[in-house]
Amino acid sequence: MNKPLRRIAIFCGLLVLTLLIRDNWLQYAKADSLKNDELNRRVTIARYSVPRGDIIVGGSPITGSVETKSNGLNDLKYKRTYKDGPMWAPVTGYASQSFGATQLESIDDGILTGNDDRLFFRNTLDMLTGKPKQGGNVVTTLNAAAQKAAYNGLKDRGKGAVVALEPSTGKILALASFPSYDPSSFAGASSADGKGWNKVQKKTDPNDPTLNRALRETYPPGSTFKVVTAAAALENGLYTSAEQHTESPDPWIMPGTTTPLPNEGTIPCKNATMREALRWSCNTVFGKIGATLGNEKMLDEAKKFGFDSEQFTPVRSNASVFSDKMAPSEVAQSSIGQFNTAATPLQMAMVVSAVANDGKLMKPYMVDKLTSPNLDTLEQTQPEQMSQPLSSKNAQILQSMMETVVTDGTGKNARIGGGVTVGGKTGTAQHGVNNSEKPYAWFISYAKTSDGSSPVAVAVVVEDNSANRDDISGGGLAAPIAKSVMEAVINSKK
Amino acid sequence: MSSTSNPSTHHTSTIGAIGAPSRRNTELALLVFAVVIPVFAYANVGLAIDGSVPSGLLSYGLGLGLLAGVAHLVVRKFAPYADPLLLPLATLLNGLGLVCIWRLDQSKLLQSLPNFFTAAPRQLLYTALGIALFAVVLIFLKDHRVLQRYTYISMFTALILLVLPLVPGLGANIYGAKIWINIPGLGSLQPGEFAKIALAVFFAGYLMVKRDALALASRRFMGLYLPRGRDLGPILVVWVISILILVFETDLGTSLLFFGMFVIMLYVATERTSWIVFGLLMSAAGAVGVGSVEPHVHQRVEAWLNPLHEWKLSRQGVYGHSEQSMEALWAFGSGGTLGSGWGQGHSDLIKFAANSDFILATFGEELGLAGIMAILIVYALIVERGVRTALAARDPFGKLLAVGLSGAFALQVFVVSGGVMGLIPLTGMTMPFMAYGGSSVLANWALIGILIRISDTARRPAPAPVSNPDAEMTQVVRP
Repeated sequence: MNKPLRRIAIFCGLLVLTLLIRDNWLQYAKADSLKNDELNRRVTIARYSVPRGDIIVGGSPITGSVETKSNGLNDLKYKRTYKDGPMWAPVTGYASQSFGATQLESIDDGILTGNDDRLFFRNTLDMLTGKPKQGGNVVTTLNAAAQKAAYNGLKDRGKGAVVALEPSTGKILALASFPSYDPSSFAGASSADGKGWNKVQKKTDPNDPTLNRALRETYPPGSTFKVVTAAAALENGLYTSAEQHTESPDPWIMPGTTTPLPNEGTIPCKNATMREALRWSCNTVFGKIGATLGNEKMLDEAKKFGFDSEQFTPVRSNASVFSDKMAPSEVAQSSIGQFNTAATPLQMAMVVSAVANDGKLMKPYMVDKLTSPNLDTLEQTQPEQMSQPLSSKNAQILQSMMETVVTDGTGKNARIGGGVTVGGKTGTAQHGVNNSEKPYAWFISYAKTSDGSSPVAVAVVVEDNSANRDDISGGGLAAPIAKSVMEAVINSKK
Repeated sequence: MSSTSNPSTHHTSTIGAIGAPSRRNTELALLVFAVVIPVFAYANVGLAIDGSVPSGLLSYGLGLGLLAGVAHLVVRKFAPYADPLLLPLATLLNGLGLVCIWRLDQSKLLQSLPNFFTAAPRQLLYTALGIALFAVVLIFLKDHRVLQRYTYISMFTALILLVLPLVPGLGANIYGAKIWINIPGLGSLQPGEFAKIALAVFFAGYLMVKRDALALASRRFMGLYLPRGRDLGPILVVWVISILILVFETDLGTSLLFFGMFVIMLYVATERTSWIVFGLLMSAAGAVGVGSVEPHVHQRVEAWLNPLHEWKLSRQGVYGHSEQSMEALWAFGSGGTLGSGWGQGHSDLIKFAANSDFILATFGEELGLAGIMAILIVYALIVERGVRTALAARDPFGKLLAVGLSGAFALQVFVVSGGVMGLIPLTGMTMPFMAYGGSSVLANWALIGILIRISDTARRPAPAPVSNPDAEMTQVVRP
């Protein structure tokens, strides 16, 4: 009987070995993913066990932490607070005891809670010296004055979003969305927080205040997309200067159809130069450019500007759309920012920022650095070039065209003066079935100071339900907001 | 017996030569560790939770020390040649279990649950009763072969114990599994734990008698010895009973345990690998068949395959789903390699049964991978000492009984920890010695008592051989 007994001994050993292997898989191989699972309550407990680190704008925190009123059972010690919550919500996201965390609060959670590996040494030291654990800070690239100008501008005019970038680096200076929500209103775990949460959900508030319009909503870009089309025309050698006549007929019948592509109003578009065409926002000229270049070349150029891919700032933005495999007439409509073309406000800010930065598109980012609780830098973001959508020479041609738009064209409302040159482009995007819904008002622009540097590029979109359809035009609604944001940035540099 | 026919056995078994050391002092030294380690753990929990050494430390330490001491003295007196590892290992697990149960008693979350009661004092009482039962087994069971007389009585006892939870009014359905009975005034009991021992006795007695018939009368087919049709009878009966347990008590663990134990003992008795093949095929067929038909078992399988989905369903308040499996996995994962330390985890999130079925998850979180591996090794040592006792035993009944009990213990550890760790579907059984529960503690102490009795008999020095005049040296008479 001893031979089978020995085999049984081996079998029992194998059973235990299986358990040991399973345990190693669970507690070693899978440990991190289980430990950091957002649904794992311990993540929430850890997130609120110490005063959370802060998100910092211009040297001062826009977040805070207060001790939770103890009711015995609540295992969460601290609660998040926000200063000017609605204004900063598109940047911070929220960290709620009941509803999880999003955006920066979620992406840099490890730093903010102090659990990040880069803080391990410090935490160990603190443990030895008996100091409580502290969270690190997230220092953003944002500009408080610009953000305020953007948010207040939107607040006066209705739904919309603003994104401002520093063209030479890609730093995000303003990122506003309206209507917004106050993340403080549901940061805790009480029933009031539950109500606060329900109040801002799309099903109770059709305005969808939690939607980050600056990054996550794609709008038809309308005429602002003509900047991309113009860049494509220059880059592909279709035209070599702003003064070259485009030899475009008006009315222009779209290829493969019998339908003319109409202009808005009676404007001098026949055989206009590129400069004049952009100044008057001629659909015929840019539609024809798109149709002539074809889908592939237009798509190539749009992709160089960042279309068709998500951006990580590090907060993710939705991908903007320029379609593939379209008929020539559809390419023509797409090239004036209609048909399937759709862009996030961030995307259009990237377009204008690349033009302002002499053709170089810098990767947009909003986290300048991560610091330890005692403000040592743990990680510094370096500006990074994403692509070069157009050559420096072509960029300067396009700049001069856009400056004409502001001095003599549809964008006069964005003029600043005092040695500051502004280049821009308006847009009025139609949408809805048969364009029945109210159009979106767009304005994209950059400012150049007297020393030739360009400190800010901005994209503004306003969806105004209260205004008449006729009144909506990028120049009227959006340009003043862009102007105030640019002024805020320039003034804060002085 | 092969133990005597194989000359190399004595190098690896615990059969001692004549006058082998009793190893009682080794046992005592190990017992000191087995008591001191849980006492430190207890102090550790108190320091972590309140920042002070718990006030109950002295009484707890003395209590555990006293119980271990009594058990040791009983062994020293009534089973002096017993295996020296079994008692300290069991004491260590029981002590750690007590600490863990006490630690979970301190959880505010668990205290807020409607059915909360402080479990540690009761578990200490059960431990005392368990060690008393252990002593009773050693004092009154002078020779394990006596049990052979009760072969069929054991069978009836086991069957009655297994059927009890199904008796209306007596059985209790706890979260779907019907493996409990309520005794008014005494609380609930898990008769399966005791049935385990009774069945081992029955199988050992039965197989000892029938093993030759089962082993020899067979045909060879494809390298396997196929048993005759009529010899298939017993295994079929046990298989059907296990399936019935699975269907009516809806507990995969109990079913697997009994069938597995039988197959192990059958294999040892007959030395025929074909039984293992048959056993595996039959249990697989039974488990798959019932698992796809019986709704509760099916749901447990679903929960095992997708614990997160189960967790979400439970969170949404869908009736009949449980958060426990996923919470246990999170507890293990959050413990990582070294664990959070005693008293600093959040395994109370498992809520119901955190201190019984899921107690391993608390160890996993607070002691980490290192702690769980150590605990599993302790269980493995108990099993291997049990199998070694079987190797050493000189009678087939003792061999079969020892391997049956150790095999069942191993299977139980595997089924429970495998279930908690998400390796196999969750069952309603508990970790021997560690988990809260009177039946489990009592039955497992009795199990250890029987193993110690067998090992004592096995290691006891054989009576000095009667001097045989023929064997004496021939005297040479010199002229």
